[in-house]
Amino acid sequence: MNKTVNPNELKPVDDNGPLYAARKKVYPQSVSGTFRRIKWGLMAICLGVYYFLPFVRWNRGLGAPSQAVLIDLPNSRFYFFFIELWPQEVYYFTGLLIVAAVALFLMNSVGGRIWCGYLCPQTVWTDLFYAVERLIEGDRRERMKKAKSSDPLKLERVSEIVLKHSIWLMIAWWTGGAWVLYFNDAPTLVKELVTFQGPMIAYIWIGILTASTYLLAGYMREQVCTYMCPWPRIQAALTDEWALNVTYRYDRGEKRTSVKKAAELRALGQQVGDCVDCYQCVAVCPTGIDIRNGPQMECIQCGLCIDACDNVMAKIGRPKRLIGYDNDINIHRRQEGKAPIYRIVRARTIVYSAIIAAVGGFMVYTLATRSLLDVNVLHDRNPVAVKLSDGSIRNAYTVRLLNKSGYDRAIAIDVEGPVNPTMHVVGADSVTPDRPIIVIPRDSTSELRLLVTAPAENNPEKSIPVRVHVMDIGLGVAASATDNFVAP
Amino acid sequence: MTDHHSDIDSVSGKSTTGHEWDGIKELNTPLPRWWVITFYLTIVWAIAYWVVYPAWPLIQSNTTGMFGYSSRADVAVELANLEKIRGGKMTALGAASLADIEKDPALLALARAKGKTVFGDNCAPCHGSGAAGAKGYPNLNDDDWLWGGTLDQIMQTIQFGARSGHAKTHEGQMLAFGKDGVLKPEEIVTVANYVRSLSGLSTRNGFDAAKGEKIFAENCVACHGDGGKGNPEMGAPNLTDKIWLYGSDEATLIETISQGRAGVMPAWEGRLDPATIKAMAVYVHSLGGGK
Repeated sequence: MNKTVNPNELKPVDDNGPLYAARKKVYPQSVSGTFRRIKWGLMAICLGVYYFLPFVRWNRGLGAPSQAVLIDLPNSRFYFFFIELWPQEVYYFTGLLIVAAVALFLMNSVGGRIWCGYLCPQTVWTDLFYAVERLIEGDRRERMKKAKSSDPLKLERVSEIVLKHSIWLMIAWWTGGAWVLYFNDAPTLVKELVTFQGPMIAYIWIGILTASTYLLAGYMREQVCTYMCPWPRIQAALTDEWALNVTYRYDRGEKRTSVKKAAELRALGQQVGDCVDCYQCVAVCPTGIDIRNGPQMECIQCGLCIDACDNVMAKIGRPKRLIGYDNDINIHRRQEGKAPIYRIVRARTIVYSAIIAAVGGFMVYTLATRSLLDVNVLHDRNPVAVKLSDGSIRNAYTVRLLNKSGYDRAIAIDVEGPVNPTMHVVGADSVTPDRPIIVIPRDSTSELRLLVTAPAENNPEKSIPVRVHVMDIGLGVAASATDNFVAP
Repeated sequence: MTDHHSDIDSVSGKSTTGHEWDGIKELNTPLPRWWVITFYLTIVWAIAYWVVYPAWPLIQSNTTGMFGYSSRADVAVELANLEKIRGGKMTALGAASLADIEKDPALLALARAKGKTVFGDNCAPCHGSGAAGAKGYPNLNDDDWLWGGTLDQIMQTIQFGARSGHAKTHEGQMLAFGKDGVLKPEEIVTVANYVRSLSGLSTRNGFDAAKGEKIFAENCVACHGDGGKGNPEMGAPNLTDKIWLYGSDEATLIETISQGRAGVMPAWEGRLDPATIKAMAVYVHSLGGGK
């Protein structure tokens, strides 16, 4: 509903004013508690995996890369422990992205922005940079005082600033350094990098990621979440009334009073809110908002205000979780004197879980049952068919054999379609009585020219389907592909 | 012209150029200084460019510039580099015998790739991009060869050509039996039908097979051999198979016998280096018809 505005209250528009509101710098205070501990733990796991995973080894046999996770761009291979993917299997990444997206939706419908608050790289690195800042320059009040101070810079202050930025840059540099290790053998590349013999592209990428980490975690911080990231907008559209979000339970908190006044009023038997307006929830917030204003787009739901409030409640002897994971439905129920209800299992969480299970299951199934031998057949286009001197018809095909396994294979080729065809593979010197045999080295592809001739008396009148069978003569593994046999 | 700096437009407060059209004055909005400076710098740059690089056309040639640069010299350097990069492989190809190339998968792949490219550049205009040929230009995919289909024979044909004027070229041609008055028109019709009968094609009513055989024996056997089986030494096609270079219908055969045929295959020796010709021979042989 539009409210009617008194024209006298309208402010004149300042045409020469700035287009954008200036950022109010945030100085989050340190806090301890359950959610802070969870965040430290998750930060250690995330950074630990990111920084050290390239050094994990995985034995794939002689001549194959021994790095557990490796994106081998020059050879177009992706290695993940026991999985090796070829470029044409890139659809597994599509499946992975679907699972990731729906997992994000599921998190959102269960516990709000869990990703944003605990797992997002922007949050993790910003949290780390804040920790460094706090360690060197002191807590919220000291940092605010130092930032406001107009005193001339003293040596002590200068050394603080230099130290902070040096540590930031070192973290940022290590972040960029770890990134390039995913694209090359890590121990070898580290050795090359420190002796300045690494490839130029590695140094360039380290530079880019050092700069982006330093800027995003050191300077832009919560602005990335508020202005650059699409997820706050998307999640606002995906959420529902049952989703648990970091919520100020105003049914308990209002009306706010001071500690002393609250005690007096309670003594008189009056109803008083638990919030004592101490602003600790605001002080610890890394995005600089007041959670008591309700759910906001800026809120990354890191839960630090819960810890801050719990600490205060403990001190003033009131129950914890004045701020907690909750929703508006329960606030209203409590206001009406009913018990709160939590519905984790509901239509959307079931559907999301089902999608994750279906896509994940399909991926695991296809990955487990995928063939390590494959064949593609492409009919010659010019000429499509050749008439030989005795009147028989010959068709030529380009056959590509793929051997994805870690050993060489001897492959027999067979053709099904024309009656009594004769076969010839250009370059196949080992030919058993009726079928050519080709050796394909491990983890590679081989392109052959296959000639199929139908005798004159069996000339097909028109195009007929032809199936090319290939079989590993040692293991019996087979694959096939279809094309056509064309009459001129 | 008035001093435009003294003439200030009352609405905008800016000076005018002093130019006035129907009472409308033009505001003086000079180009930004950085733009003007950049513009003059480009002029200076252009003049310097004329001096150091080839620039001005003369009647016979052009100015060469102080640096002596030429894009053709650049190409020569690039080609030399390419040759250096490929040196090892192409040298190995040039050193190997034709039979060895076909046995070595790596050399075979290289020869086929190289041959395919060179074929597209040099042979496709006549033989077609897929070597399927056309009327008068043999299909190289089939197993019928005018001058022989072994690796060595194919290589020889590519090297020296047919009726190419090269000293070692394949000689021999289809004579013009009608034009030169060797055979009378009705004899040509008879022998044309006889040739059709050799590969099992139908003959016209009243065709005298014995007469045809006699004419054939007297005029054609010298090149095409007994029974018309052909002779690769002479480039004389096999007349008993299903493949016809110019066509097998009666009219075409009569034309062939009357007017003669002498298609030309150019000699490639000297135009292509020996390793490339080798690659081409292997490629053509591997198309499927090689013997």
